[in-house]
Amino acid sequence: MHERQAGKMRKVAIVAAASRQEEIMLDTEVEMMIPLISEVRNKVGLDQSELGFTCSGSSDFLAGQAFSFVMTLDAVGPVPPIVESHVEMDGAWAFYETWVKFQMGVIDTAIVYSYGKPSPGSLQDVLSTQLDPYYVAPLWPDAHSVAALQARLLLEDGVVTSDQLADCAIRTGTVDNREEYFSQPIIADPLRQADCPTYADGGVAMILASEGKAEELCDRPAWITGIDHRIDSHHFGVRDLTAVPSVRLAAQKAGVHDGPIDVTELHAAYTTHDLLLRKEMGLPEIPDIPQGSYPIKADTLMASGLLRIAEAARSIWGGDANRVLAHATAGPVLQQNLVCVLEGGDN
Amino acid sequence: MTEIRLPSSLDGIEPVQSVRTPIRMEYTFTPGVAAQTYLRAFGNKKILGNVSPVDGAILVPPRGADPRHGVLCEEFVEMSHTGHVGSYCVTNVPIPGRDLDLPYISAWIFLDGADIGFLNLVAECPPEKCRIGMRVEAVWKPDEEIGMTAENILYWRPTGEPDIPFEAAGVRGWHARKAGGENA
Repeated sequence: MHERQAGKMRKVAIVAAASRQEEIMLDTEVEMMIPLISEVRNKVGLDQSELGFTCSGSSDFLAGQAFSFVMTLDAVGPVPPIVESHVEMDGAWAFYETWVKFQMGVIDTAIVYSYGKPSPGSLQDVLSTQLDPYYVAPLWPDAHSVAALQARLLLEDGVVTSDQLADCAIRTGTVDNREEYFSQPIIADPLRQADCPTYADGGVAMILASEGKAEELCDRPAWITGIDHRIDSHHFGVRDLTAVPSVRLAAQKAGVHDGPIDVTELHAAYTTHDLLLRKEMGLPEIPDIPQGSYPIKADTLMASGLLRIAEAARSIWGGDANRVLAHATAGPVLQQNLVCVLEGGDN
Repeated sequence: MTEIRLPSSLDGIEPVQSVRTPIRMEYTFTPGVAAQTYLRAFGNKKILGNVSPVDGAILVPPRGADPRHGVLCEEFVEMSHTGHVGSYCVTNVPIPGRDLDLPYISAWIFLDGADIGFLNLVAECPPEKCRIGMRVEAVWKPDEEIGMTAENILYWRPTGEPDIPFEAAGVRGWHARKAGGENA
């Protein structure tokens, strides 16, 4: 259903974005998001009443509070009443929901935001609560251990080698050289610290607009020319963890291979994820295509995916790139994947 | 219903009827800038409100934002310890986990000068005497028990002063003051 039908889909673009990430933020979610939401609205000169839709992504498990996203609406100013929705997922899925709303033809502008503050709790444990509640979650496997299960399979099946993990770590900037990589102790066999993400608090907000409006709001809109998301089984016992068919399919449906990619923005929080995503999406492992930013160095649960999309848009706005691949993942071991292609419109 | 056949290796073993998988998460909560400023002042028996940069509305307790407009509120103002009952409820059934004598009165307390109210207890007042517009004052815990906690104020009691008019009490007052304005 989401297959790209050139000419039949409504053109939608990202016209503004603002983001902030810090290792530990002492502001509340509202205090964190007000400046970001204000910034994007000011950039395009629209106030809340001029935005057709407001959509956000966040997690009550990070906030430790039920319906926490309702409080964060204080940052939006929902008076007079607004049309609003929320996903308990990375903001990239709020972005997708908003794109669908555009396709329905009911809006011309929208604001999308997401945020995560893992610092008050233990993200390793929070991520455990998303696992299958009967067989896996009661064992409380921490996030690195779950990633390590997959890494072990990848190494033993020869899909990746330790040297490739080391080189990937160098490329993402978590270590400077192989010697440094191999001198690190293993923290979740076979993963070392350099293979695993460093977490950050943060948030991101962006404005979307449809064709006709987007050009008024931005000199060089970042057009969404392909978007798709797919899901692998929640039960990783039934999955072949050395493959990610969902991301392969999403990339295909989003039209990644319909033209050259100038920059990638992969939501790869582990070196193993980086290598596996590149393999599944048919991207070069030693990238001729630069990766714009590296979430492994500052991973913000619920915002990292939308941040990748924002970074992809920034490279379009800056004129550095004309066709960018943005990717978001959620769930354990790359269970859910969203792929989006943004274009600047150069011929 | 489909009959469930267990493998023979489970013959004679007591079936599992249910499983319990307790979940416990621990958080180190940080209250944020506004709530922290409020709590520090509250620990010195001062009540702070936030001033909206949009229209000067005073919001108590301060949350750092004017949620009507989605703007930061960075200005604080010290409030008096008196106000009025905006609306109230008399409760005759106990709440699990709270040790309150029945019946008790919970009320929206509007501090003098504040544009919104907050929920608190009213005591030293028989329920049948409680009314909208009744003037009340804070009854604090003994000084040595005051801390950075919402429990500093035990309850609110009538001051005996004349009531404020019904039409001006609680959110009615808000609407009256904003009449003709936007976002009333």
